[in-house]
Amino acid sequence: MGFIDIIASIIPAAMVYAAPLIFTALGGVFSERSGIINIGLEGLMVMGAFVGIVFHLTFYDTFGAATPWVSIFVAMIVSALFALVHAVASITFRADQVVSGVAINFLALGIGLFLTKQWYDKGQTDMVARPFYATDIPLLSKIPILGEWFFSGWYMTSYLAIILAFVVWFVIFKTPFGLRLRSVGEHPMAADTNGIKVYRMRYIAVMLSGALGGLGGSVYALTVALNFSHSTIVGQGFMALAAVIFGKWHPLGALGAAIFFGFAQSLSIFGSGLPLLEDVPQIFLLIAPYVLTILALAGFIGRAEAPKSLGEPYIKGSR
Amino acid sequence: MLFSNRMINILIPIISVVLGLLSGAIIMLVFGYNPIEGYAALWNGAFGDSYFLGETLRQVTPYILSGLAVAFALRTGLLNIGVEGQVFVGWLASVAVGISFDLPMIIHLPLAILAAALAGAFWGFIPGILKAKLGVHEVIVTIMMNYIALYISNDIVRNVLTDGEDRTAEIAPSASLASEWLASMTYFSRLHYGLIVALFMALVMWFVLNKTTRGFELRSVGFNQNASKYAGMSVGKNIVLAMVISGAFAGLAGAMEGLGTFGYMNVKSGFTNIGFDGIAVALLGANMALGVVLAAFLFGTLKIGALNMPTEAGVPTELVEIVIALIIFFVASSYIIRWAFLRFKKEGK
Repeated sequence: MGFIDIIASIIPAAMVYAAPLIFTALGGVFSERSGIINIGLEGLMVMGAFVGIVFHLTFYDTFGAATPWVSIFVAMIVSALFALVHAVASITFRADQVVSGVAINFLALGIGLFLTKQWYDKGQTDMVARPFYATDIPLLSKIPILGEWFFSGWYMTSYLAIILAFVVWFVIFKTPFGLRLRSVGEHPMAADTNGIKVYRMRYIAVMLSGALGGLGGSVYALTVALNFSHSTIVGQGFMALAAVIFGKWHPLGALGAAIFFGFAQSLSIFGSGLPLLEDVPQIFLLIAPYVLTILALAGFIGRAEAPKSLGEPYIKGSR
Repeated sequence: MLFSNRMINILIPIISVVLGLLSGAIIMLVFGYNPIEGYAALWNGAFGDSYFLGETLRQVTPYILSGLAVAFALRTGLLNIGVEGQVFVGWLASVAVGISFDLPMIIHLPLAILAAALAGAFWGFIPGILKAKLGVHEVIVTIMMNYIALYISNDIVRNVLTDGEDRTAEIAPSASLASEWLASMTYFSRLHYGLIVALFMALVMWFVLNKTTRGFELRSVGFNQNASKYAGMSVGKNIVLAMVISGAFAGLAGAMEGLGTFGYMNVKSGFTNIGFDGIAVALLGANMALGVVLAAFLFGTLKIGALNMPTEAGVPTELVEIVIALIIFFVASSYIIRWAFLRFKKEGK
């Protein structure tokens, strides 16, 4: 296998694993930029995966070939509503945001598995009949080398993830909404004084993180896992959280980090067949994302500065 | 006074549990089950005969220790989400010592337990020192350390302790916590001497925190870092120490599984949840030694009792996971319960 062919087989595979991480990490960026820690990304992905699979299984006959797209949309809506639980607890009830996030993770898995047992009478659902398929982009895939690398064998969802990262970057840094969102996360009292509704902004941010987490989970379920069980989402949410921090709370940083983690994940699965990498023990590729995140936090790879008021409930009138 | 602050602090966990169980009952009703039958099945599954009682107490054992681990760190103001990973390395270390040596029991068993505590302590030391020296948030580091622990222990089981197997050999009898006496008393459940270790450690935590100068310093740092610093305490040293001790407790929880319940370590596809459940245990137990023991007992009961719910009442086991998650929400949202109390009090006047 030549070098070009090797790259051509790695890139699409890496992007399959990266896309769900990108979606979810973008959700994490919204939530954390508004000052709400979201450890619950994992649970939001679980909810998304569950809803995506169940909707697909139930409505395949109705929507036919469009079912995966409708499914991920429905998963987004349901997960956004599910994220309301985290929002109410951590914004209105002033619960510890980390603890509330942990509870979200428990709750999502509990609900998902409970309903799976209830509706399918077994521990996991059936496989979906028609998941997302990899496609070649007409014309562009004919370009030598670049076409092979970037325009053949990709899933449409991977392109969507990359485009969305730029959209989120635009929203957060180039629109009034984004400015308000960031100000609420840095200094909620100053924002409040300027007439920004702190609670409303934070609710919107947490629900957006729910929608994007649900999108990530359902995309993972409909491209990689193809069914729902207790082991569908195991750690992808935490990895997305790592991408948020490794990407320094910046949408494009998160995009880069998520793509890198996707590479690490796909290499740990396919790497043994590749020259150069076949001598690297699999374990190093498996733990690389986590070790790198710790190093990034410790400041060895540039200082990662969190939004100032991250994790602190805003209590009106207190100083 | 009808509702003193202390009274409210005791009432909040109780109300949360009641609300959690009520929500569980409502869910059962919605899905067409009889909640009374469901909870009766749970009760029978936890206490129905001596075998179930033994299994319940066995499940309580690691919960006490993981709950103590979370609680100890929280008293110093640190949230140790990494108990899960510390449980893994503790489990691995105890089994490694258990299978590699051939010693008299009086040395072997304590050595294996000590190895687990040290491994857990080391796993807690890393986030502790990063927090103390560089100000890195312990929550994220400990989450990452969980995954590193998971993958490294799997790799060690596969490539170091065995030759490509998915399970290590059984530990030597001289390193085992298993007890024929307890097992035969409880109709051959897997109950083991670890329960005594766990209860003793609860006592140790109470003593260290409440009766020693060091414990006073640890709690003081948890209350107010600036004031502690002003009083001449080393905040950094206490943070590292709290994480090390917390990790040691978690490592012991791993030893309970390695030396007591299973007697081996296997390759795992995901987490055991002992550590994550420990967060729930600590919160419900208000971070106090006695509270943790009681909360561990409750969660152990729920977990083991739930296994009986499908057979006796047809209710899926996972209902209990939902109930536990809701209990955590209610405890975490104690602000609103407190608010309701104070309102009630005002109107009562």
